[in-house]
Amino acid sequence: MNSWVRLRPVLFIAALVVIWQIAVNRHPGQLLPGPWEVLRGIGDLLRHGLLLKYVVASLFRVTWGFLLAAVIAIPLGLTIGWYRRAEMAFNPLVQIFRPISPLAWIPIAILWFGVGDLASIFLIFVGCFFPLLLTAMSAVHNIPDLYVNVGRNFGLNTADFIYRVVYPAVLPQLITGLRITLGIAWLVVVAAEMIAVNSGLGFLIVDARNAGNRYDLVLAGMVVIGTIGLLLDLGMRSLERVKSFRWGYSEN
Amino acid sequence: MSTLDAMTTSVPGVKLHMEHVGMVFARDGKSVSVLEDINLDVRDGEFVCVLGPSGCGKSTLLNVMGGFLSPTSGSVSIDGETVHGPDPRRILVFQERGVFPWLTVEGNIGFGLSKLPSSESRQRIAHYVQMTRLQGFEHTYPSDLSGGMKQRLQVARALAVNPDILYLDEPFGALDSVTRFLMRGELLRIWQTERRTIIFVTHDIDEAVQLADRVVVLSSRPAKIQDILSIDIAHPRNLSSPRYLEHRDDLLKKIGLAYAE
Amino acid sequence: MNSLAKPGRWEKFFWPVLAAALLLAIWHYSVIWTATKVFPSPVNVEKGLAELFRKHVLWADIGDSLRRVAIGFGAAVAVGIPLGLTLGWYPAANQILNPVLQILRPISPIAWIPVAIIFFGIGDHAATFLVFLGALFPIVIACVGGVSNVPSIFRRAGRNFGLSPAQILARVVFPAALPQILIGLRIALGIAWLVVVAGEMIAVDSGLGYLVIDSRNSGKRYDLVVAAMLLIGLIGLALDTGFRRLEKIRSVRWGFRS
Repeated sequence: MNSWVRLRPVLFIAALVVIWQIAVNRHPGQLLPGPWEVLRGIGDLLRHGLLLKYVVASLFRVTWGFLLAAVIAIPLGLTIGWYRRAEMAFNPLVQIFRPISPLAWIPIAILWFGVGDLASIFLIFVGCFFPLLLTAMSAVHNIPDLYVNVGRNFGLNTADFIYRVVYPAVLPQLITGLRITLGIAWLVVVAAEMIAVNSGLGFLIVDARNAGNRYDLVLAGMVVIGTIGLLLDLGMRSLERVKSFRWGYSEN
Repeated sequence: MSTLDAMTTSVPGVKLHMEHVGMVFARDGKSVSVLEDINLDVRDGEFVCVLGPSGCGKSTLLNVMGGFLSPTSGSVSIDGETVHGPDPRRILVFQERGVFPWLTVEGNIGFGLSKLPSSESRQRIAHYVQMTRLQGFEHTYPSDLSGGMKQRLQVARALAVNPDILYLDEPFGALDSVTRFLMRGELLRIWQTERRTIIFVTHDIDEAVQLADRVVVLSSRPAKIQDILSIDIAHPRNLSSPRYLEHRDDLLKKIGLAYAE
Repeated sequence: MNSLAKPGRWEKFFWPVLAAALLLAIWHYSVIWTATKVFPSPVNVEKGLAELFRKHVLWADIGDSLRRVAIGFGAAVAVGIPLGLTLGWYPAANQILNPVLQILRPISPIAWIPVAIIFFGIGDHAATFLVFLGALFPIVIACVGGVSNVPSIFRRAGRNFGLSPAQILARVVFPAALPQILIGLRIALGIAWLVVVAGEMIAVDSGLGYLVIDSRNSGKRYDLVVAAMLLIGLIGLALDTGFRRLEKIRSVRWGFRS
């Protein structure tokens, strides 16, 4: 019974693929390719070495932009969240910048960095910075007063306090925030590559369409994007689980 | 109703009949026996307490009686009909957080009354607001009520649909001892005004002796009926009378045995 | 958290104003010191904003962006909530559908543009479709989460009172899940605003996103670029604040604190 239950989603996907193929066969000559062509498209890309090259390019940008944002936004956010007046000062500004789509920064990014890797890394940085900042601020707010009082009661100095009370207390929420923001970074990189760069999976989609309506490659690109994004998310989730066990936390 | 149902014993006066009821759960591949060979008859209008140590399966027993769980062996019948599932004729009152937080007091009490014409349901709601002494709070939300008031609200909601049986699963367990004391009095008062069959689960001996006509003592898991004690003191019961203390000591001993197993 | 004395009410205005003033000052002086010929100073941006308002194009663009958000978000709500409630109510359906959703979700709505163009052509509808896609997933996820977080006590009480499964869903599960669903809706609205701006940069020729790209492409008007960005931020903030107000009304009305 267990194996049948596990098989169901696979069968569902298989059914969708079959319906897709039938729909395409019914309407020959229109642009949207069937699943078989998409698969061949992926094979094409692999053979020409493009797939690997583009995946690496996208991942490279995501890694740099994401890490840069994390390294700056998290300590900054923890600090701002801790000092009430700092938060009063900066929160309104953050709230105004946050709803600005990272892509709206493209003209400025190109102005400052030209067309290329740096511009897209900057865009990813912008896209990750505000969510991580807000996550860190929220995580600090959620530290139970009780823990803070215990830390003070035991006369911990500042460094000790940060290392032994603040850090373990904020870690679960930070990790969840990092996972969500990584997902955002992946969305931004693809979009940024469609507009502002000349390599990467996003560029693949735009280029495939512009250079001859190769929709098989477009969809192939989308499938790869979805898969890698999913793998990134699953990877982060397993990290979450490891940390939770180590701390014996119950994830709320 | 099948012929099989009709054939189930329907002794006059017996409201709830449990015969050889057993409950086995499968947990992580192992089977855990929670209830074993429960045989019980509850008479119409009786106040029965089910007493036992924590975790012994009292709540499971209540869920089986209420039809939320099907027993793995044996049968439960009410008024001669086999119990197949939950039914508004027998309402379960939970320990806490049972009231719907998005409805006011009135909304909660009227929850089961949607099939009635509005004039009648309004009458009923007003009646039970009075009975549970929640006047003035009709339009209040549960988040603004105290713990005791929330439990009274649950009871009012349950009574409003005119059930035959009321199951109470440690309803006062989350309340402080003073409130618990007052709530017991309230429950008795309500029971004496509108008599229904009540089956009340608790681990508190005082509560059992204070409230029940009969106390069913359960052993620790797997729960079996260890003993059934009749308490024949008239209400209101004097908590310092020798008879009361006798029953209490008796139960204490029996529970002591239950814990020792 | 800070152990210093409780901040006075005046400080609610003082600190943000100070921070904003500081930021503007740094911006202004950076422009002067780097002698940049292209990057606008705050004064340039303000003048640009006034120019946009005077020329009346701005209102049309704002209206276009908001319209696309309204339709796309509305469609996502209309599809997402029933879908999410169903998936949350029937775990089997969720188990079957979930992998498909998990693969589709990481695909940026922008990446759907070529596909959207096939079905909708270049223009309004394509952008609205992107908004719909972007808002759909958070709504579905919030509904599934909300439904599965409804305490079993409530469902049992619903069954006890003789409610049919449809009635339990409508009168017990949905109200109980509503706070979480509303939060998901607010997040989805924020995403919708991000997507519409991004989509307008590629697939349409009106709207605030288009304004950003066009200002640069036709004449390197970076003052208009930054002005448009500010507007995007302010309107997005207004949408979010407005929705939070809505959330508060319902919660207070129910006295339901999550």
